[in-house]
Amino acid sequence: MPIRKTDVEKIAELARLDLTAEETEAFTTQLGAILSYIDKLNELNTDEVPPMSHSTAADQDIEYTMRDDEVRPGLGQEVALENAPDGADGYFRVPKVIGG
Amino acid sequence: MENNIDLRDYNIGSLRELIASGKIKAVDVCRAARSRIELLPDLNAFITVTADAAISQAEAIDSIAARGEPLPPLAGTIIAIKDNMVLRGVRSTAGSRILRNYRPPYSATAVERLAASGAILIGKTNCDEFAMGSSNENSAYGPVKNPWDTGRVPGGSSGGSAVAVASGMAMAALGSDTGGSIRQPASHCGVVGLKPTYGRVSRYGLIAFGSSLDQIGPLARSVEDAARVLGVIAGRDPNDSTSSKIPAGDYLSAIERDVRGLRVGVPREYYGEGLDLEVREKVEAAIDKLKEEGAEIVEVSLPHTQYAVPVYYLVATAEASSNLARFDGVRYGFRAEEARTLGEMYSRTRDEGFGAEVKRRIMLGTYALSAGYYDAYYGKAQKVRSLIERDFRNAFASCDVIATPTAPTPAFKLGEKTADPLEMYLSDIYTITANLSGVPGLSIPCGLSSDGLPIGLQLIGRHFDEGTLLRAGHSLEMALGVDFRAGLGWSE
Repeated sequence: MPIRKTDVEKIAELARLDLTAEETEAFTTQLGAILSYIDKLNELNTDEVPPMSHSTAADQDIEYTMRDDEVRPGLGQEVALENAPDGADGYFRVPKVIGG
Repeated sequence: MENNIDLRDYNIGSLRELIASGKIKAVDVCRAARSRIELLPDLNAFITVTADAAISQAEAIDSIAARGEPLPPLAGTIIAIKDNMVLRGVRSTAGSRILRNYRPPYSATAVERLAASGAILIGKTNCDEFAMGSSNENSAYGPVKNPWDTGRVPGGSSGGSAVAVASGMAMAALGSDTGGSIRQPASHCGVVGLKPTYGRVSRYGLIAFGSSLDQIGPLARSVEDAARVLGVIAGRDPNDSTSSKIPAGDYLSAIERDVRGLRVGVPREYYGEGLDLEVREKVEAAIDKLKEEGAEIVEVSLPHTQYAVPVYYLVATAEASSNLARFDGVRYGFRAEEARTLGEMYSRTRDEGFGAEVKRRIMLGTYALSAGYYDAYYGKAQKVRSLIERDFRNAFASCDVIATPTAPTPAFKLGEKTADPLEMYLSDIYTITANLSGVPGLSIPCGLSSDGLPIGLQLIGRHFDEGTLLRAGHSLEMALGVDFRAGLGWSE
């Protein structure tokens, strides 16, 4: 399945990447080559094969994934905001949302 | 130089005894590590050196020793941490520009366990951005150089950790391995590297790349040292729901056993096209050694090996595209200036903050998960992943460990593969299968090429059977008895 420049532009939009024209050009070629290689998987008939999403015993044991719903201390507002590029009054500040 | 201590003269156990008896001071070992880092800045092994905090930690160990109290298991061990694991208050960049000023408010469980066991944390090592790479050329903080030949790559993505251990800046290091990122650099730098079973070590505080594949593990100068570090970091952590409740093994006792009667599987698919002849010779010679030591060599087959790289580059990139969605310029990290809207801020932050390889993988993963392509790519890859896992289960019916080369060639030259992403991906061809299946893999040095470059042998084991892996690795290490300092002549 070849990939076109318009596909790359669409994926960049989904991935929230503001690619330059050069990046779009390069990715069209490179992703095309990688996807042709990946097409090798179609040599295999996998109709009867179950998908594998994880390699752990954990997903078979509910005790792993569920814990008691107890209140535990968190980071707290001040610490949680320490790394924010822009914050004020205990909030993260961002550019306006509407129209974005 | 304040003293002439060379970290490479000690192992973790011997150093701890010397500190306990007062014959050597942890603080002097720590200063020696710092001097070594300062002596070799061109290797670019560290992004952040935490020498002052390390010296305080070393002083604390020395006072325990002075009081005659028992020392914790890793007392005085100088350890470096890959920069994709968080350490409270210390800049943790994961090799990315987008996290250049990030000071995490918490520490990774594996790192906390090391500190609680008396280890001295000397700094954060350079790595490929978000652990995506096989050469350490994708770091926003510059490439790491291989100490055996500074014109060559150290491997990746845990290149800084491998170099720190190989060149005597640390006695051991933590790396992370999603497709070979501990084992391949260990192989290229002549050190031991272990990717534990998925779930053996908590991933809490490891900046996520491919969550069904990522695993933290040790790099060290000997199998014994790797066993000691694993013993400390392994085990259940309530903060990682995928960490296993199976108790950590007694890895030090495990390595004392010889390999008589051990069945070593040799999969023919790992010895075909693309494998460097010298690598093949050294690996086969090492397998002969195992036979001399009493192991039984059996031929096994892992028929779906040729599909591992395409499966990996769909599964890992799909997971990465989801994991890296969190870097949006809002809560932490870099934010692009002067965006007018939220949408523009997101996409400009991400374009300016991520490097080329990270963007390439986000793009590929987003594509593999997008409407209309999900079944053809991601769904297909998950199914073939089952076949690869099944290959291992079948093989382990007739053997106890599997022996393969770690990487198809010795360390390649800087810049040699940067123009062709696909060719770079193929350098992980022998290591990726263990991540897809979740089984543990150990790389140990098994010889030098005619150019004087280290070659690694990989042992792959059953789930949670690190004990057998380490046992076979230790036996082989003893039988081969190579001095892997020889190649460092340029710096001595």
